[in-house]
Amino acid sequence: MTASLLVEELAFAYPDGHQALFGVNLAVQRGERVAVLGPNGAGKTTLVLHLNGILTGGRGTVQVAGLPVVKENLREIRRRVGIVFQDPDDQLFMPSVREDVAFGPANLGMRGPELEERVHEALALVGMAQFADRPPHHLSYGQRRRVAVATVLAMRPEILVLDEPSSNLDPASRRELADILLGLPVTILMVTHDLPYAFQLCPRSVLLDGGVIVADGSTYDLLCDTATMSAHRLELPFGFDPRSVGAPAG
Amino acid sequence: MSGGHAHHQLYLDRETAIHRLAPQCKIAAVLVFVIAVVATPRETDWPYAVYALALLGVAAVARVPALVVVRRMVVEIPFVIFALLLPIIARGPRVDVLGVSLSANGLESAFILLAKGTLGVVASILLAATTRPRDLLLGLQRLRMPETLVQIMTFMFRYVEVVLAEMTRMRIARESRGFQARHAGHLRVLANSAGALFIRSYERGERVHLAMLSRGYVGRMPVLVDVRSAPSQWAVAALLPLVAVATTAAAWVIR
Repeated sequence: MTASLLVEELAFAYPDGHQALFGVNLAVQRGERVAVLGPNGAGKTTLVLHLNGILTGGRGTVQVAGLPVVKENLREIRRRVGIVFQDPDDQLFMPSVREDVAFGPANLGMRGPELEERVHEALALVGMAQFADRPPHHLSYGQRRRVAVATVLAMRPEILVLDEPSSNLDPASRRELADILLGLPVTILMVTHDLPYAFQLCPRSVLLDGGVIVADGSTYDLLCDTATMSAHRLELPFGFDPRSVGAPAG
Repeated sequence: MSGGHAHHQLYLDRETAIHRLAPQCKIAAVLVFVIAVVATPRETDWPYAVYALALLGVAAVARVPALVVVRRMVVEIPFVIFALLLPIIARGPRVDVLGVSLSANGLESAFILLAKGTLGVVASILLAATTRPRDLLLGLQRLRMPETLVQIMTFMFRYVEVVLAEMTRMRIARESRGFQARHAGHLRVLANSAGALFIRSYERGERVHLAMLSRGYVGRMPVLVDVRSAPSQWAVAALLPLVAVATTAAAWVIR
């Protein structure tokens, strides 16, 4: 089976000479949920921006469901890779929730009842269908984050990429979002510092530091590996012990 | 943190014939009305009474209270100050009013400026009170205003509260560290804040652009909402500008 996401030997330096990635290899199979962990400055954002071709020009290749990320394919690539950015105010730029969710599919040429149906479907998946006519700035932060997820779900992506999905959420919104994400029938790649959240949502984690993947395995094993964790500035929050939850079955 | 709901302040939620008119009809009507007012010949003053009555009629039908209109007219204050200065600084033959020597030309210009300005401001206030900001933008789009300008205004409408909230947070941060603007020297601090706000907004613009590209934006916004107008709506909306145009034309003929 073709992997949802295949990154091979990806290296990238910014125009100012700062090298952010030094040869990243990562394969994510269809339906997997994978967390990307790593300290600030590890290259996580740079990696994310390569997945849909916002950044290109370095060495190595990225493929999404077999389709290489190159200029000719960008339109289809951006449909297949749905990035949810960290600040929902960056993601929601249209005057109403409905128009925001419609923006992606409309750019793909969809119109009329088909578009309406797609918008409704995406909003229903995140439990926000009754807010379609609201302006985004009248929603709570947690609701805006959910609508942001809907804006990319409306494009029926192959893979959903989330940048710090739990940041700034109150505990209830955080759990609600987790419930929604766990119910989505889509491959998920989630960049986060929130280790309990990674543990709850993603059976597998990769650890990115210094522009390379330094660990790749089950989230449980990684979080229990104190030596690797502390070597890369990762620490479990006070009072949280994955062993008290136990390794997930399977 | 959520900011206040400051933005719909100009709009008065009512169910009237004027509220129901398509926005493009209302925008066009106000535009033609203002042009007719501006084109009023200099020598006459009776047309202004007709224009004012016409606006009064619109306000009555739209159920916009006079007090609301008056309160919003503060935006006109800079013009009023300029108009009040005119009789003092203008040249030409002078007249004495309450012992002050004023320019006759200046007085006349001041009256015309005030009358025309006020009528334009009131017409705009009525437009804003009867049309949601969002519909105004759709109306402009319908009237074929260049797409880029409509997009800029649409983003402004979406982000004004985000920027205001950012501004409030910066003010709270300043004041929490004991800052209070007391004298001109403090302008430097405020200027720095303004600069920081500009940079933050600029960076947000870049992030928004990234988010747009990520969802397939290729330089054109898809048109997702449209506001249609029936000929009957145009007919109703044409009443105000028709009155104004007829008045101006009459004034030119009989002056």
